[in-house]
Amino acid sequence: METYFWAFVVGGLICVVGQLLLDVGKYTPAHTISILVVTGAILSGLELYEPLIDFAGAGATIPITSFGNALVKGALGEAERSGLVGIATGIFEVTSAGISSAIIFSFLAALLFKPKG
Amino acid sequence: MSNKKKKKLTPIQQEYHSLSKNSEPKRPVLVNVLHAFLAGGTICLIGQGVTDFFIWNFAFTEKSAANPTVAVMIFISVVLTSLGLYDHIAQWAGAGTAVPVTGFANSMASAALEHRSEGYVLGVGGNMFKLAGSVIVFGVFSAFVIALIRTVGTMLGGA
Repeated sequence: METYFWAFVVGGLICVVGQLLLDVGKYTPAHTISILVVTGAILSGLELYEPLIDFAGAGATIPITSFGNALVKGALGEAERSGLVGIATGIFEVTSAGISSAIIFSFLAALLFKPKG
Repeated sequence: MSNKKKKKLTPIQQEYHSLSKNSEPKRPVLVNVLHAFLAGGTICLIGQGVTDFFIWNFAFTEKSAANPTVAVMIFISVVLTSLGLYDHIAQWAGAGTAVPVTGFANSMASAALEHRSEGYVLGVGGNMFKLAGSVIVFGVFSAFVIALIRTVGTMLGGA
């Protein structure tokens, strides 16, 4: 039950950071999300993101910061096995599920639905 | 950025700028932040539920359950976008729905739906990543640089 509490709090706080970038920093949504992704990648490089996932579960894996983390994780994991080339071959290894499902479902949606509102 | 732009403007234009800035409605930052916290937290709470569902019912570990969870959240987000519901939630939640991975899927699905009338190849295919593209570009490039630094670092350190 504790994981649920921290998932809510940590996930909520990451969104608060995003909202502050929008409202106080006056960044566009695209800038805000890009900043968060890069932040996730940097935290991953410093090996700080994995402990956050252990602590907050989905509170750390659902926000877009985890996309940056997963890219770094995939690149580093493959680089360990096959050297520098592994950075290129492994970069999408972990995020494949997210990106491919987003493409597949979005395309299906375009086939099935008409835009609303 | 705005300072550089200001220098190019005539005094009258500058005056207009400060006037329009003053009459802009103040953003209710505190309310927005509260909404973002509640909505973002709730989405992550649902995500945790989906994660646990995968752990209990299939042979997933805490770590490997993250991938199918993201896929399920993306599916839910695309369905809500298709039904026109996500935008209503997003209006209330602000960054609370934009920051989770559901917002990434929403931007792709809504772009795909919006440009459907331009055809499947040029419209749907060409525009799907219009908004999500910047996330992937900056994510991949920063991940590349970080992974390069780390890998070269361990190579030099290990040698």
